[in-house]
Amino acid sequence: MFVTAAYAQSTTTEGAETHDAAAGEVHTETGVAHEGGHGSGVFPPFDSSTFASQLLWLAISFGLFYLLMSRVVMPRIGSILETRHDTIARDLDDAARSKAEADAAVAAYEQELATARAKGNVIAATAREAAKAKAAADRTAVETSLNDKISAAEARIADIKAKALADVGSIAEETASAVIEQLIGGKVSKAEIASAVKASAK
Amino acid sequence: MAGDKVDPVHQFVVNKIVPIEIGGIDFSFTNASLFMVATLAVAAGFLYFTTSTRSLVPGRLQSVSELSYEFIASMLREGAGSHGMKFFPMVFSLFMFILTANMLGMVPYFFTITSQIIVTFALAIFVIGTVLVYGFYKHGLGFLNVFVPSGVPGILLPLVISIEIISFLSRPISLSVRLFANMLAGHITLKVFAGFVASLGTLGALGIGGAVLPLIMTVALTGLEFLVAFLQAYVFAVLTCMYLNDAVHPGGH
Repeated sequence: MFVTAAYAQSTTTEGAETHDAAAGEVHTETGVAHEGGHGSGVFPPFDSSTFASQLLWLAISFGLFYLLMSRVVMPRIGSILETRHDTIARDLDDAARSKAEADAAVAAYEQELATARAKGNVIAATAREAAKAKAAADRTAVETSLNDKISAAEARIADIKAKALADVGSIAEETASAVIEQLIGGKVSKAEIASAVKASAK
Repeated sequence: MAGDKVDPVHQFVVNKIVPIEIGGIDFSFTNASLFMVATLAVAAGFLYFTTSTRSLVPGRLQSVSELSYEFIASMLREGAGSHGMKFFPMVFSLFMFILTANMLGMVPYFFTITSQIIVTFALAIFVIGTVLVYGFYKHGLGFLNVFVPSGVPGILLPLVISIEIISFLSRPISLSVRLFANMLAGHITLKVFAGFVASLGTLGALGIGGAVLPLIMTVALTGLEFLVAFLQAYVFAVLTCMYLNDAVHPGGH
């Protein structure tokens, strides 16, 4: 607006000079015209006989215009602008509130997700712990039973071995007496053989 | 038509339409009165009917009304501050009335009421009167501060104050004569150049050839006159805002 006004200003000053020149030129012609044309020798805008009527009608029309503007038109335009301003402000508020709600919903969702994830982790951990404990218990049970079996077996082996070792002496004595009988055809007393076996077993 | 062949002043003659005389004073309804009423009807009618739908999203014409409202509102707020906004109806009415009157005056055969010195002078006195009445009512004798610019050395004060008083007194004259003279001179110039076209046209082929120049001039001047019509209404409103600023803030030079 101001650029236009400034531009217009410069144009008018130029224009005004033209006007002045033209107006000066005109005055002579005006004088002549008056004598012929209108009868009254006054330049019409300066004809004071019309002033009273012009003032009255200007007061009436401008007064009415002022009243219409200040009572009807301006409050109306003002209210239109205000309504628009309020509507825009309200819409912006609504939008801001909706955004806040959406943000809250997102936050709640994130929160729930985190809780669920934590819960899941807990459940998984518990299950893992339980499984681990069960496995450990099972293993211990199996190991215990195996150990029992092993020790039982070892006991038996030891028993058998002891028995076998106990038998070895008598077998050797019998074998020795049989061998001696075959070799020399005589009998050797049991006691001698037994002492000899014992001596060789040492 | 030969008698008053081209009389550029004829358009300013006030003719009685309905003679009225009250107490020996002539209050006739004249062609000037007719166009004052027409200005009232056109301006008020336009502003009234374009805003009658009160659309939230304005149409073109409603936008025009709203833009002029906001244009004057921002002009007044810049010129006289927010305290000056109580004069908004006055400045808005003045601007719309003068603008409409000037624009109506551009229509051929229409009477231009702002080319009557008494009309522009009455409007200027209305402005200055408002400034004086409001200034003294609001600030009492403090309103006289308007003649005392701050920061002037004491020895220069008498000189400066007398200059300020003269400039204040010349305001109604300059305000009214500026509008009056612009409209008057513009319309006379238009008429004179248009008259050249007509008179040269009667002089045969050579004359018709020569009439092209004033014709171009007339077209260009018509454009210029529309600009002047708006600009003078704008200038009147801006100066009104400045003068009202004195009434609102007398010390604020």
